[in-house]
Amino acid sequence: MTKKVLIADDEPNIVVSLEFLMERNGYVVKVANNGEDALKCVAEFVPDLILLDVMMPHMSGYDVCQKIRENPAWQNIKIIMLTAKGREVEVTKGIALGADAYVTKPFSTKELTAKVREILGE
Amino acid sequence: MLQGWVIILISGAYLGVLFAIAYYGDKRADAGRSIIANPYIYSLSLAVYATAWTFYGSVGRAASNGVGFLPIYIGPTLMMALWWVVMRKIIRISKMNRITSLADFIASRYGKSALLGGLVTIIAVVGIVPYISLQLKAISNSFEIIKSDNLEIIRAGQLGTVPILGDTAFYVAMLLATFSILFGTRHLDASERHEGLVAAIAFESLVKLLAFLAVGVFVTFGIYNGFGDLFGRAADHPKLAQLLNPFGGAAGSFASWAWLTFLSMLAIMFLPRQFQIAVVENVDENHLSKAMWLFPLYMLAINVFVLPIAFGGVMHFSNAPVDPDTFVLTLPMAERQEWLALLVYIGGLSAATGMVIVETIALSTMVCNDLVMPVLLRMKGLRLNESPDLSGLLLGIRRWAIVSILLLGYLYFRLAGEAYALVAIGLISFAAVAQFGPPIIGGIFWKGGTRMGALAGLSAGFAVWAYTLLLPSFAKSGWLPLSFIEQGPFGIALLKPLQLFGLEGLDQITHSLLWSMLANVGTFVTVSLVGHESAVEHSQASLFVDVFKRGGDTSGVHLWRGTASVEDLQALLGRFLGPERAHEAFVAYAQRRGALMPQHLEPDADMVHFAETQLAGAIGGASARIMVASVVKEEELTIEEVMGMLDEASQIIAYSHQLQQKSRELEEATAELRAANERLKELDRLKDDFVSTVSHELRTPLTSIRAFSEILHDNPGLDAGERGKFLNIIIKESERLTRLINQVLDLAKLESGKAEWHVSELDVREVIEDCINATSQLFRERNVRLETHLPAAVPLIVADRDRLVQVVINLLSNAVKFCNPKDGRVAISLHRHPDSLQVDVKDNGPGIGARDQVVIFEKFRQAGDNLTEKPQGTGLGLPISRQIVEHFGGRLWVESEPGKGATFSFTLPLAASRAGAAGAAAEKAA
Repeated sequence: MTKKVLIADDEPNIVVSLEFLMERNGYVVKVANNGEDALKCVAEFVPDLILLDVMMPHMSGYDVCQKIRENPAWQNIKIIMLTAKGREVEVTKGIALGADAYVTKPFSTKELTAKVREILGE
Repeated sequence: MLQGWVIILISGAYLGVLFAIAYYGDKRADAGRSIIANPYIYSLSLAVYATAWTFYGSVGRAASNGVGFLPIYIGPTLMMALWWVVMRKIIRISKMNRITSLADFIASRYGKSALLGGLVTIIAVVGIVPYISLQLKAISNSFEIIKSDNLEIIRAGQLGTVPILGDTAFYVAMLLATFSILFGTRHLDASERHEGLVAAIAFESLVKLLAFLAVGVFVTFGIYNGFGDLFGRAADHPKLAQLLNPFGGAAGSFASWAWLTFLSMLAIMFLPRQFQIAVVENVDENHLSKAMWLFPLYMLAINVFVLPIAFGGVMHFSNAPVDPDTFVLTLPMAERQEWLALLVYIGGLSAATGMVIVETIALSTMVCNDLVMPVLLRMKGLRLNESPDLSGLLLGIRRWAIVSILLLGYLYFRLAGEAYALVAIGLISFAAVAQFGPPIIGGIFWKGGTRMGALAGLSAGFAVWAYTLLLPSFAKSGWLPLSFIEQGPFGIALLKPLQLFGLEGLDQITHSLLWSMLANVGTFVTVSLVGHESAVEHSQASLFVDVFKRGGDTSGVHLWRGTASVEDLQALLGRFLGPERAHEAFVAYAQRRGALMPQHLEPDADMVHFAETQLAGAIGGASARIMVASVVKEEELTIEEVMGMLDEASQIIAYSHQLQQKSRELEEATAELRAANERLKELDRLKDDFVSTVSHELRTPLTSIRAFSEILHDNPGLDAGERGKFLNIIIKESERLTRLINQVLDLAKLESGKAEWHVSELDVREVIEDCINATSQLFRERNVRLETHLPAAVPLIVADRDRLVQVVINLLSNAVKFCNPKDGRVAISLHRHPDSLQVDVKDNGPGIGARDQVVIFEKFRQAGDNLTEKPQGTGLGLPISRQIVEHFGGRLWVESEPGKGATFSFTLPLAASRAGAAGAAAEKAA
């Protein structure tokens, strides 16, 4: 069964690259441009994994992550947080809020797709 | 001729009247309606000074010395002038310290010294006993004269042969003792005040004055025809003529006048009875102001007829051996004026009685409080400390003291009385009490006087007094060999008591006074200066000397430290005053201190002081100190500690000022540090944020570049459309990265002041037109209309052209970016202010909220946080523009209302205003 991946990022060019990568790997992809959108998509699309950018307008990636983890129905959704801020505090914060992995930008496309596969248990 | 029993009856009746007045006075006082609370009664009672010695003796002295009797009355009159300074202070001190006798006063002043109190008491008793004997002598003499009708001098030998039980004087003494006991020791009063007694004394003073005036008027106008006649005849009398010259011969030298005046100045204050009446019995110190002229008036009145009576007597009895001391009585008798004689007798009796009663009461208080009690209280075997009620014992001691003093007086009268005239005996007593002058006067005006000084001075003065006055009187009475006077002890001429160290030519009193005062004052001052005072002495000294400075506030600093209990103190007071009165006193005290019951108060120094002063009223300062010490555990204070306690108050104030100052400074410093720290933290945070933000802004385009490069690299089979799209992204993001890096570096240079500026004179209009051309492509792409409002010509400004272009383009591209996407409109205008040019760039976008109007000028902050779409740009344009404008002395700001677009404006100062007024003027002319 095809896995569903939600891409939540406010940088259009990064979204394009992630979309290309995920589709290339055979996932069903949906895009959200900000945190609120992302939560809406989670409810409708119910992805298996989210690539979640931290710095988004209106609702940060952290808030989205927290909201998802608060909902028992969404416990199985995997979350990979993406951030351009690579500081140790931010990594710790993301993991503490229930993210499954943390990837700093700029990322290696190979590593990212490997990580997605690994987390989805493929 | 009056019968003896009539005289005795009348005497008894008169004393009964006195007692009735006293009784009435006491009753009124108990009811709170004092009859003595006015200056007239006070002034009259002071006339207890005029004793039988005045009544009979003045005439006696005038008969032999002429006006030589006057100094005894001039002294008090002079002294009265000083009373406001001296006596008021003594009264104030006594009231505040509950001082009840002379001995108590001196003892209290010098550290509540029991030894000093005892010495003063002994001096007073020894000194006053002859004086009392003088009164006994006067009363019994007058009684014998008026009874026997024998006007001639009763010889000493005759009196001596009378057995004691047949001697009038003995019965007089016992009668007076009884009355003194009745007047003075019926009950124990903490203040030792006897209102009834004072009333009786005032009455007695009136009686003796009236009696004396009656005789005077009778002699002057009855026997003779007025003063003119009397003095005229006296001038013709060979013996009397020379008496009228005050300083000639018999009247005494100038020196003896001066010394006698000085002596009686001291006596009017320091005779125990005067102290009792003037100080202890004083109701209100304001009475002094009236007494200061009323009392001298009384003195004048009672002396007006002294010379007439004396001269009349001398002339009348020129051939009979009549004692001049009895002229007052014998003149009316010789003229067969029996009722006048009786009045005179009553007047004399009155004068003597008043003196004896007040004197013995005053002395008995001293003997009891300052001599007997301190000794008894120290005798642990008596267990007085445990006795529940000692008031009976106190009264008993006083009664026995009265009887003993009168018996002593009688003894002196029997043994020595006849050798001296009345005046001489009185002066001996005066000289004794004069010894109290230095320690008292010195004590209230000089803080340096010490206990040792007072003890030494008093001892020395008293010793000299005894040696030069008392012992000679004994010698003259036959107790000592006369050779003691004539050759000096052991034949040493220098030590002859009446010519000490060869000092001759002075009368006995002057001689004695000179030497005793010299010894007293000299020793007092020397010892005081050489030695040093204890803590208690120091505190008492300042209490006495500075009594007016303390302004009646007794609850000030008490130099005391120790532990006490309220119950113990109250019980102690109860033993001397009775439990009832002690309770009342303590409750009143507690309420004064603002507590309901004494138990609610801490037994502090103030309470101990209160108990001690209460007790001092009953048993004297020295005894009170001993008693209080027995229930209170006092810690010894050193003089340094006392000085410390006195300084403490002022030091504490100074300290707290300093502390306040310090803590204020500290607070300020802390606040400064905190602010500095906050600034540092803020800077640190800003730097951190900046680094973090820059890193984020750099990573974002880099992410796209890397991702697409890898995608292109790993997917060679991509179609041409996708390849082109991905490559285009890589190029755009690279440009973005470059721009960002440039702007960060640019801003860093601007902020650090290391930017290069190429300054020249510019026409802003031209600059704006260039910018419009440069951005025309952008406007066309976004389909945004641009309006321009530029004046034909504007003055030049001085700036960097490229930088100014940077600012204008930044504002124009921002306007394009944020204007209404459907109907985008931007307006740029330029206008001139008197000394600057202003450029406005207006858009029709969503506008900027008040909060964001500040935020947008900060680095990497964009109002776009509120937008759904992430705005493009680095977030550094406006901060850079502001830096540039401000560099040229202008200002960059935004005005906006949400929904109505935003207007970014900046000003630049004109070149003319920079160049000076000349340029501006030239421009105007053009």
